[in-house]
Amino acid sequence: MIYLTRRAEFSASHYYHNPEFSAEENRRIFGKCNNPHGHGHNYTLEVTVAGEVDETTGMVLDLKDLKAVLESEVLGIMDHRFLNKEVPVFATKIPTTENIAVEIWNLLAPKLPAGRLHRIRLYETQDLFVDYYGE
Amino acid sequence: MVSLTRRYRFSAAHRLHNEALGPGENARLYGKCNNPHGHGHNYIVEVSVRGPIDAATGMLIDLGLLDRIVEQEILERFDHTHLNLDVPSFKGRVPTTENLCVEIFDLLRDKFDVKSGSARLEKVRLEETNSNFFEYLGPSPSPAEGAACEKR
Repeated sequence: MIYLTRRAEFSASHYYHNPEFSAEENRRIFGKCNNPHGHGHNYTLEVTVAGEVDETTGMVLDLKDLKAVLESEVLGIMDHRFLNKEVPVFATKIPTTENIAVEIWNLLAPKLPAGRLHRIRLYETQDLFVDYYGE
Repeated sequence: MVSLTRRYRFSAAHRLHNEALGPGENARLYGKCNNPHGHGHNYIVEVSVRGPIDAATGMLIDLGLLDRIVEQEILERFDHTHLNLDVPSFKGRVPTTENLCVEIFDLLRDKFDVKSGSARLEKVRLEETNSNFFEYLGPSPSPAEGAACEKR
């Protein structure tokens, strides 16, 4: 088994707010992240696929395909967007880094050969990242 | 379940020296790190916690709480100290980065309790320099426990 990781960057804005909480509760729980005008990050996404090396090609997965899927499924949808307002799933789900990582998994997994996606690692800043393995 | 990792920094001095060994043996074993005056590093500690995402907040853990735990338990204890001279747990224990990594894990493990919801400490990764780092996920299960896990 070999693991291949591709890194991509996107920039997006978001804010944290749960309509079921009062305004005061939202401020207390989410702090500065509750500012309704949003704030932004340069996210770094690492997508890791796992598999055996194909004997003919010497590759675990065609990188061009992975790059194309990343572009169409994630970067094209999230880069330079206000996640809460422009990415439908985040109209009802708070776009925390945890939830974004899970969503990226859900977007990519069906577009890659079955069982190949191994890990989503999403950096919100250099000092904060989330890992999701699909379960 | 997701894992969330946050990086923190502290600076400390240490000297690698084992009282049970002679000067020649210490010098051979630890090389420059055995300099009696000590030397220092800018350590980077990565703390990983793991658990389910809270449906109401979208978060695994309140980052403010995580920061407070690490600040109180780790940074206040180690930052700008001489590990051999200022930190009681390294009296008689060589403050290698391996031992420091395990010490940090042990200090943090019980702090993730009811207050932190379902988040539990998963891993401590400690960088001594850009080129050296150590990771600890807690004690390995004993062979008996391992067998029990497999049966389940």
